[in-house]
Amino acid sequence: MTANNPYVPYTATVEDTWYETGGDRCIKTFKVVFDDQSVRQSWSHKPGQCAMIGVLGIGESMISISCSPTEGNFLRFSVMKMGKVTQALHQLEAGDKMMVRGPYGNSFPVDEWQGKKILTIGGGVGQAPLRPIIEYVKANREKYAGLTMIYGARTSGDLCFKSEFDEMNKCEDLSCHLTIDIEEEGWDHNVGFVPQMLLDLEPSPENTIVITCGPPIMIRFVLENLKKLGFEDEQIYTTLENRMKCGIGKCGRCNAGGMYVCKDGPVFSYAVLKEIPEAFA
Amino acid sequence: MSAMLLNKEKWPDFIGKLTGKKIWAPSGDGEELRFAPVAEGETPQLAFNNTRVPPKNILFPQTETMYRFQLGDLEMEIPQLDKETIILGLRPCDARAISIVEKLFRWDVDDPYYLKRRELVTLVGLACNEPGLNCFCTSVGGGPASTEGLDLLMVDLGDKYLLETITPKGDALVDTVKELLEEADEASQKLKEAAVNEAGEKISRTVDTENVAQGLPELWEDPLWQKVSASCLGCGTCTYLCPTCHCFDIQDETEAFEARRCRMWDSCMFEEYTLHTSGHNPRPTRRERTRNRINHKYSYYVDKFDVIACVGCGRCINLCPVNIDIVEILRQVKEAL
Repeated sequence: MTANNPYVPYTATVEDTWYETGGDRCIKTFKVVFDDQSVRQSWSHKPGQCAMIGVLGIGESMISISCSPTEGNFLRFSVMKMGKVTQALHQLEAGDKMMVRGPYGNSFPVDEWQGKKILTIGGGVGQAPLRPIIEYVKANREKYAGLTMIYGARTSGDLCFKSEFDEMNKCEDLSCHLTIDIEEEGWDHNVGFVPQMLLDLEPSPENTIVITCGPPIMIRFVLENLKKLGFEDEQIYTTLENRMKCGIGKCGRCNAGGMYVCKDGPVFSYAVLKEIPEAFA
Repeated sequence: MSAMLLNKEKWPDFIGKLTGKKIWAPSGDGEELRFAPVAEGETPQLAFNNTRVPPKNILFPQTETMYRFQLGDLEMEIPQLDKETIILGLRPCDARAISIVEKLFRWDVDDPYYLKRRELVTLVGLACNEPGLNCFCTSVGGGPASTEGLDLLMVDLGDKYLLETITPKGDALVDTVKELLEEADEASQKLKEAAVNEAGEKISRTVDTENVAQGLPELWEDPLWQKVSASCLGCGTCTYLCPTCHCFDIQDETEAFEARRCRMWDSCMFEEYTLHTSGHNPRPTRRERTRNRINHKYSYYVDKFDVIACVGCGRCINLCPVNIDIVEILRQVKEAL
């Protein structure tokens, strides 16, 4: 947001783009850099925060920032092609301009989590808000007691950030568990749903923070299974999403109960979330 | 604060002195009464109950350009707001609404459009002598001569107006017309008191809001929401006519190469309001939408800003095509608590 008008976006240039997944609802990742050097320097975001990105003349969408600030002076967005704005975004190639304002919302309290084991449980494009946590922990490995990632999608082609998984498995205090819904030729990881894989892995709740993002149905069963494994509400975090327009708590539409997802969220601990009446609507 | 008297014969002179500022005043008659800019040389008449639509569009236009640009270009031009404005003859409830909505537009991040217009406007209120049938301002923190949000309050005393300044802006306005005014005497103060008391007594509709803010979340699954929303058409009239409803959409509009990003009033009573691109809708029926509307006004807003986001103007009751009545909804809420 610009200094005196929070609705006016900054101009950024797409440095690189690539497809994470294929199909009608393909996911494309954009690496963007602000054009104005002073914006590049003053911008700071935390894992879990979002930004309004868009194209002038088409509109804006709230998209989670899928990189950690530790990765460098750029932003990454992984965008599923869904509606008017995301279709226009998908047409952008390296060198094109993207409008960006933000960062918006609260963030994962990664600093409070220091000294703990981090477990992320993602499904589909839900891995995008989790990726900054993973990158943040990887960049600050001495501060955390380890990182485990469970990630699933319908097919291997629906998994995002595939090229980054191998690196994780090479480190002894990081581990990466992948799963897809249906058996596939050449797939040498797990087959089955994410909540079941969680039960099979049986992670200990001791000194652990778990963060889950993905389709609502997956979240529901992941939460159920986390409770079976003995996780407390305060150890569990997730993000909410609702339709948003302003990003600054004015336009009114993203509320879940008395909480504005754009300001009070998107990150909520399950302890808070279960008290919000509309959270799982 | 000062109290002055203006003889009604001098009303056209009073208007004539307010030069250089854009004046909005009630215009039209009967059901069509609404706030409109006063043309030069025109003298608005203030004899009315309340306007059919509130003056909220003056500070928060129904559609507002946030910035203009040329398609293919990245330069954004933000409209400059610099015209000083007077809203003349707004009712105390509508002035309270402005001060209530202002809290949100000032919260955390300033909304530059609303706050600039707010800074440029002088609010000249008119106390109510004849409350409307569905007025219930006294139940929600207001009253026929409430001064909250106002810079200057006028009270109709028959052949005169009593003018009470509330803020420095009100003092400044009175200063420009001071040769038309005389000091208010004690008799006129007594007349005011009598008029205000009489008006207060005429307000027949009341709601008991005690414990409603805390209690509403407990009624989340109560059958009352089905009942009170069953006849709702989802037309959104209640929210468009509400002086405190402030929700908006942001859209890009283009015409050839000229384009603008604008915000426009939106309504939580519309299905599309919360509809996700995926097709999922967290508020799929009018039951959830009505529940949200009431909770937002009477619970969420109270939690955040310590004030009910309803001023009891009664417009949503007067003009609901299927006679949904917020006072009745609140009565049922109280009963269920």
